[in-house]
Amino acid sequence: MSVDLGRPVAVWRPRPRTSLRVDRRAVAVGLVLLAIVCVLAVVSLAYGTYQLSLGEVVGALTGNGDRRAHTLVVEWRLPRLLFAIGCGIALALAGSIFQSLTRNPLGSPDVIGLDAGSYAGAVIVTLVIGSTAYTDIALGSLVGGLLTAALVYVLAYRRGAQGFRLIIVGIAVAAMLSSFNAYVMMREDPQTAMIVAAWGAGSLASLGYSQLVPFSIALVALLPLAALLARPLAQLELGDDAARSQGVHAERVRLGATILGVAFASLVSAAAGPIAFVALVAPQIAHRLARTAGPSPVVSALTGAALLVSADVVAQHLAVATGLVTVTLGGLYFIWLLIREYRRS
Amino acid sequence: MTAHALEAAGLTLAYDKRVISTDLSVHVPAGSFTAIIGPNACGKSTLLRALSRLLAPRAGTVLLDGRDIAERGAKELARELGLLPQTSLAPDGIRVADLVARGRFPHQRVFDRWSPDDEAAVLRAMSATDVLDLSGRLVDELSGGQRQRVWVAMALAQETATLLLDEPTTFLDIAHQIEVLELFRRINLEDGRTLVAVLHDLNQAARYASHIIAMKDGRVVAAGAPTDVITPEVVQDVFSVPCRVIEDPEAHTPLVIPLVRR
Repeated sequence: MSVDLGRPVAVWRPRPRTSLRVDRRAVAVGLVLLAIVCVLAVVSLAYGTYQLSLGEVVGALTGNGDRRAHTLVVEWRLPRLLFAIGCGIALALAGSIFQSLTRNPLGSPDVIGLDAGSYAGAVIVTLVIGSTAYTDIALGSLVGGLLTAALVYVLAYRRGAQGFRLIIVGIAVAAMLSSFNAYVMMREDPQTAMIVAAWGAGSLASLGYSQLVPFSIALVALLPLAALLARPLAQLELGDDAARSQGVHAERVRLGATILGVAFASLVSAAAGPIAFVALVAPQIAHRLARTAGPSPVVSALTGAALLVSADVVAQHLAVATGLVTVTLGGLYFIWLLIREYRRS
Repeated sequence: MTAHALEAAGLTLAYDKRVISTDLSVHVPAGSFTAIIGPNACGKSTLLRALSRLLAPRAGTVLLDGRDIAERGAKELARELGLLPQTSLAPDGIRVADLVARGRFPHQRVFDRWSPDDEAAVLRAMSATDVLDLSGRLVDELSGGQRQRVWVAMALAQETATLLLDEPTTFLDIAHQIEVLELFRRINLEDGRTLVAVLHDLNQAARYASHIIAMKDGRVVAAGAPTDVITPEVVQDVFSVPCRVIEDPEAHTPLVIPLVRR
């Protein structure tokens, strides 16, 4: 006899003592999202100023295409696509981690000021220290994000940092950091400021393999940590007392998850600039699609990838920064959320 | 299950600078259903937090089955000592069976998935608390009594020989109070688990517990069998309530009748 979970579950028993319970709906949603990402990937590789046929795209990818198709697909469009997928995954995981930590759908790194902190770090590295090397900016944005996280945590701390306080304090810190960023940029000559401002809009357009390699290595290195923390983090959602009495090291998990979430968010900020709202929206969409308890990391990651790749396709088509598209999408999401909450109450 | 005794000796308990108890010693007999009673803010819940290692004592030790709980691994201890906190939070959109299954956490290693032992423990816990029919329901949609039973099921699924319950009957109506207390009695007697519960209702404590610890101002005033602890003198001392204590005609346990004040 097995427990009815109120939803279809497939059980897989690789060995007699272990069995893997897989939520069929989550798997189906995951596969659909994967298919969407693949279709969008082909679209983003084929369309652009020079349009290519499906055959030309496949030819270029398998190394049988002509020189022009190879340059377009492999050298220009592929790194951008891979960045969109990677950033989507990283942002969604960052959002899923922070929403889990704060137990609040608004608790995402862009809302609680971490994006602004990462951006400030990058602004300081670029304008004050004067370096434009990817690793320097990445490091600056990671440090900026972590310092902001620490600041928000300390300001929100009152016998443990509670989710809602964290969000309010985070919004305040984000506002102050934005004005700091604006101040630093106003002091610079317009040309340098323009470069930083363009970066601040969040764009995948200028990225190539030289940034993709370190980005991918860091992302792949962080993924096992996310898998490791997923269960204790989900357990923490029961409240500290319940989680701790079940053997969760609450403060250790919280600290680890915070650093990991900041790392995911900063990775994206460093490469593409702050891309807002994917972290906020992806876990919530995933949660609603898969009907899992709390944000599910895998479905969230796939949702994030699908969201960012589609936003990037739109951005490419309209020739605007990807971040502008996601901000617009995020605005629509907020309106929808408000309407829904209004109807509820 | 082999029942374990829980022993606290020379505890100093404090939050920041506010000291709640000094040199507090309590004994929870193995296999007992122990009730902790006392007025609001007397340190009952603080004691329970110390017994469950949620609060590290400034001084003193808590021994479970003779071993200091501060020296045990977190998950290892969680397989022997469970807690039902006063308030827990249900993750958004979680269903009953999933929530009960969260109680299996200390039995699973990092990348372990669901084992037949887990399945069996969850089933046992859900049938003991009579929530099997609710298993596919959203926890958010349940009534207060149902929800409390689900939380109890989660604590039971942890399969600890000792279970601490912080005000498990608060916020429940009389029918649900009796229901969960009967459930606790059953798991105490049938599974041989040691239970420690913070209770407010003296008559319920007297009826269901086998051992009572009465506290006041962070100290233990009396401890022992219900007939020894629930006396007019102790009730007067602990709660400042003048009363008579008669035999409960139904359960033959002490029954507190407060005097009419004129």
